[in-house]
Amino acid sequence: MTMLTENELKRKSVEYRRTILEIIKACGSGHTGGDLSCIDILNVLYNRILRVSPQTFQDPDRDYYVQSKGHCAEALFTVLADRGFFPKDELKTLNKYGSHFIGHPTRKVNGVEQNTGALGHGLAFAVGAALAAKQDRKDYRVFTLLGDGELAEGSNWEAGMTAAHYRLDNLVAIVDRNGLQITGSTEDVVQLEPLGEKFEAFGFAVRRCDGNDIGDLVRTFESVPFTPGKPSLVLAKTRKGKGISFMDNVAKWHHGVPSDEEFSRAMAELEEAQAALA
Amino acid sequence: MEKLQANLEVFATTLLDLAHQDSNLLVVTSDSRGSGKLSPFGKAVPGQIVEVGIAEQNLVGVAAGLAAAGKTVFAVSPACFLTARSLEQIKNDVCYSDQPVKVVGISAGVSYGALGSTHHSLHDFAALRAIHNITIVAPADNFETREAVLAAVKTSVPIYLRFGKKAMPHLSRLSPTFELGKASLIRQGTHLTFLASGETVAPALAAAEILAKEGVECRVVSVHTIKPLDEAAVLSAATETGAVITVEEHSVNGGLGEACASLLMQKGVRVPFRIVGFPDEYTVTGSQNEIFKHYGIDGPGLAETARNLAKQ
Repeated sequence: MTMLTENELKRKSVEYRRTILEIIKACGSGHTGGDLSCIDILNVLYNRILRVSPQTFQDPDRDYYVQSKGHCAEALFTVLADRGFFPKDELKTLNKYGSHFIGHPTRKVNGVEQNTGALGHGLAFAVGAALAAKQDRKDYRVFTLLGDGELAEGSNWEAGMTAAHYRLDNLVAIVDRNGLQITGSTEDVVQLEPLGEKFEAFGFAVRRCDGNDIGDLVRTFESVPFTPGKPSLVLAKTRKGKGISFMDNVAKWHHGVPSDEEFSRAMAELEEAQAALA
Repeated sequence: MEKLQANLEVFATTLLDLAHQDSNLLVVTSDSRGSGKLSPFGKAVPGQIVEVGIAEQNLVGVAAGLAAAGKTVFAVSPACFLTARSLEQIKNDVCYSDQPVKVVGISAGVSYGALGSTHHSLHDFAALRAIHNITIVAPADNFETREAVLAAVKTSVPIYLRFGKKAMPHLSRLSPTFELGKASLIRQGTHLTFLASGETVAPALAAAEILAKEGVECRVVSVHTIKPLDEAAVLSAATETGAVITVEEHSVNGGLGEACASLLMQKGVRVPFRIVGFPDEYTVTGSQNEIFKHYGIDGPGLAETARNLAKQ
């Protein structure tokens, strides 16, 4: 993999945000806010961290990525297209009749490891894949991205206990901690905090980072496993709708679709951001 | 005389045989190795059993991840929990994602008869029949159990195996082989057919023997594979014997009986027909045998159903 500089990664993030908004605007639906909060995480994973490519996707020694917060499929599809798993043109079929590019990841899309969409499924699957690596003495890692609202699903905590029990230090769970879910603040819906301490109590090695800061993400992911013998948990503080001023930290953009005027404003903001990175 | 064994015991010993041959074969349990007769398995090949604790959703999710990474995985838990609490994991992580997990429901039906409806699985055929990409199998006896486990290892699609814990008699059969999706002919007959599944095949055979003494010759077919249904066997039963009684350790809603009824109606085959199973009511409790007798799922009860059907 060509090692992109931090600035190049930042430019990728802007480019990805543009693609996400374009494909959501074109089909009229999508999880805009969450896509924008997690896209920097996906950018760093796929362009810097994960040992997987279109050529190695069937390799039993590849790193696994499982998107437990499946509703942010647009972000995943955008990054997979850019990494060459399929032609970028195919993104235009998002949510169209008969397309494999639906509102949640499916294995019919090259590069997707597991079908997700119902919440609380990714971590248990990741535990299984990581456990298989331990049994077979393989050195691949398994990464999974969880939404914060998703953590109310008890299945996450069942899987978390198992990850610690089997000392799966080849497992990295990332929480996209944007603090918002469809109804409003996660803390108003059902209190999650103190979240890091909860994962620590479950046996994870926890590290907090700015999930929209490329440099911080690179440094954090390059440090896994944080503690030998423990699964890693990255508590990535993000902002829903990050990168677009009027979407930033606004719950209604959970699955909001921009109007023509909003879309133009968003594109102009991204153009400015790109210019600033030139 | 051959010692009678529970299908569950045969499952466990067969699995251990297979595990000795293939270190890639894993069993995942939810504190269920004892009830699954898998304690000897755990002692013999401790590296091939994965314990997740009492967490059935996790059991199936972890099993899917192991299967995705190339393992041959049997996810074993009481059928009552496995096909209800972790139904979403079966649907999404296994079937929808096409991860070839072998989902094994133990102590199925009313095996835990006295423990009440929390521990009964009378819904599993119905729930799983409505999910795409899973084969559903309820073996009748030890022979079918061993064959079903061997077939499950070979199949590349998700499969559900359902085992009871009662010692089962060996059924002499006219179909000497076992094939997924092909019903097994147990007894030939011309007047009526019992299409039975799992542990109800033995009482169906007992009923046939009672009726034979009255001059009524009944065909008995073990429909071990509920899905995909052996349509040819069901249609020939109706057209060749002229009457059908389905028997299952399951609700009368959504199981084998309704699958057969749907097929016959859509093919335009109209014959006297009864579904014997568990009615839509709070299930009585007691031993499995007592409950079977209560609902007419024993030799005398099924013979009486046949006599009543003949009066139509």
